[in-house]
Amino acid sequence: MNHNAIPAIRLDQVSRHFGELRAVDQVSLDILDGEFFTLLGPSGSGKTTCLRLIAGFDQPDAGRILLHGQDVTRQPPYEREVNTVFQDYALFPHMSVGENIAYGLMIRRVPRAERRQRVAEMLQLVRMPGLEDRRPFQLSGGQRQRVALARALILRPRVLLLDEPLGALDLKLRQQMQVELKAIQEQVGITFIYVTHDQEEALTMSDRVAVFNLGKVVQVGSPADLYEHPCSSFVAGFVGVSNLISGPLAQRLTGSAETFSVRPEKISLHPQEHSTPDGLCSVEGRVRDVIYLGVHTRYLVELDSGEDLTVVEQNRETTSMDVLVARGRPVRLEWHPTHNRRMGAAE
Amino acid sequence: MSAAPIALAERRPALHRLATFLYLRPWLVLALLLGPPLLWMTLVYLGSLAALVVQSFFSVDSSGQVVRSLTLATYGDLLTPANLDIFVRTAVMAAAVTLATALLAFPWAYYMARFASPRAKAALYLAVLLPLWSSYLVRVYAWRLILAKEGIVNWFVHQAHLDQALDWVLGLPVVGGPSLSVSFLGMFIVFTYVWLPYMILPIQAALERVPRSLLEASGDLGARPAATLRHVTLPLAFPGVVAGSIFTFSLTLGDFVVPYSLGNSSFFIGQAVLSFTGTAFNIPLAAAFTVVPMLIMGVYLTGARQMGAFDAL
Repeated sequence: MNHNAIPAIRLDQVSRHFGELRAVDQVSLDILDGEFFTLLGPSGSGKTTCLRLIAGFDQPDAGRILLHGQDVTRQPPYEREVNTVFQDYALFPHMSVGENIAYGLMIRRVPRAERRQRVAEMLQLVRMPGLEDRRPFQLSGGQRQRVALARALILRPRVLLLDEPLGALDLKLRQQMQVELKAIQEQVGITFIYVTHDQEEALTMSDRVAVFNLGKVVQVGSPADLYEHPCSSFVAGFVGVSNLISGPLAQRLTGSAETFSVRPEKISLHPQEHSTPDGLCSVEGRVRDVIYLGVHTRYLVELDSGEDLTVVEQNRETTSMDVLVARGRPVRLEWHPTHNRRMGAAE
Repeated sequence: MSAAPIALAERRPALHRLATFLYLRPWLVLALLLGPPLLWMTLVYLGSLAALVVQSFFSVDSSGQVVRSLTLATYGDLLTPANLDIFVRTAVMAAAVTLATALLAFPWAYYMARFASPRAKAALYLAVLLPLWSSYLVRVYAWRLILAKEGIVNWFVHQAHLDQALDWVLGLPVVGGPSLSVSFLGMFIVFTYVWLPYMILPIQAALERVPRSLLEASGDLGARPAATLRHVTLPLAFPGVVAGSIFTFSLTLGDFVVPYSLGNSSFFIGQAVLSFTGTAFNIPLAAAFTVVPMLIMGVYLTGARQMGAFDAL
């Protein structure tokens, strides 16, 4: 990726209001050419509205949208060189799979022989060869999703927009599709802008992520950046689980009452009699609940000082019986102070 | 911490026992619900239809009495030029009316489905349905007055100095006549008016079922609004048009009020049936006349089903 090049998409102080509601509030973003960029946030945070503004289905009330340096703010969707994969796939029910995929080509009056050939190529790309004559109602959810993807990619857009396309699929299929989507993006080399509320999905596929909350962009960075250096307690809590410590306990552990967060996997669990080596943070509490998740176990610990902390430990040597017995036991939590993260702005 | 569960009201144990009895036997509920209408359907409707069809296989002797022996002679009587004219005339009028209502209803239904605010939509629904609350006969006669030589349409034509144009139109063969209120053109106008609600509503229902994301997807893929209308909206609305056309076609085929009020001696099927049950007493011939539109509609409905008009059911 050439970081000095013109960004694929630039949002310049874009706002969209619905009456009193500020769905998108002065958002500025640069999305680079060829990157897999995710808009992440809870429901109602403005990420889908942002995507619709980029696609052209909605007009911003303020700000500009630039596609490869060109101002497309007032252009309708059929004039922009971006294509969208919709959440409900939006396949045309009265057309076959082949006709669906070729729709954009048909509109551009591409001759039939060339359409047929390119449809076959696309079906190979999304790993569904030979299904040109099926109808959408005959396909499974995963297959429909791939047809929607093929229909958008066949037009060779410079930017592809994906609006929570994997939401309707079951877990295994979703994880499989995440890997496939990433592979297709790398193979085709175009910019993907992906909207999701699933932080695990965002971390799996993205080069960079923008975290949205209440219409604003809270933080932009690579998945590792967001996870290891969250800039606010919202990001710390939304991207992965986080423990927030403040007040007197924070004072005791770090010397300052400022709020900080520590990730659950950085904390280790010991019997209360265990003596902590020097330099490590140490607190006492009682295990309130144990959640066995196969690969790892999540412990909800209520500290003697009143706070609740989450601790995650991998089940390398332990079995389910070992861990479930821990419920109600007094324990000591230990971790290295380098894992403490200051939150910065109060939120 | 556990509270005792709140008991269900037990004021009418007999009614509750009946409710439970029925709940456990859904087939019985179905039988009770469907029984009376099915009985009516079989005995009254299908029974009388059967009687009608059987009548069409009887014949009339020279003294005008019905001869109750099965014969195809009555159907043979249908094949005279005069009678065939009646069928063709009625079918052509039905087709023309269907086409006209489809063309008029589509923009109206499109506006209702896609652009009207909820309040506007309610007002438009009312506007479409309100005429149906008044007497059909009164409406037809009102149109006869409107279209008459002394009526308001003529007055407007005169004010706009278009009398010659109107005369030319009335001078056309077949569709013309002495005045708008006694002509096929006038009948066509009135038919279109009375059947329009039956075409608007199915089309509007079909258009509302088209998800907005389909139209957005079409635009996203490069189609301008006209292309989206042609490739996405119209094909998806077509079953609604077919459903509406079933109404307009069959209602026109069987109607005798409009031809009687605005027509002359060129009979339509409805008038022919009426005359054969009245003055020119020939029940078997009347029955045979009635069977023909039934057959036409049977073919039409089969075709409509193939085209997906009943998919939404």
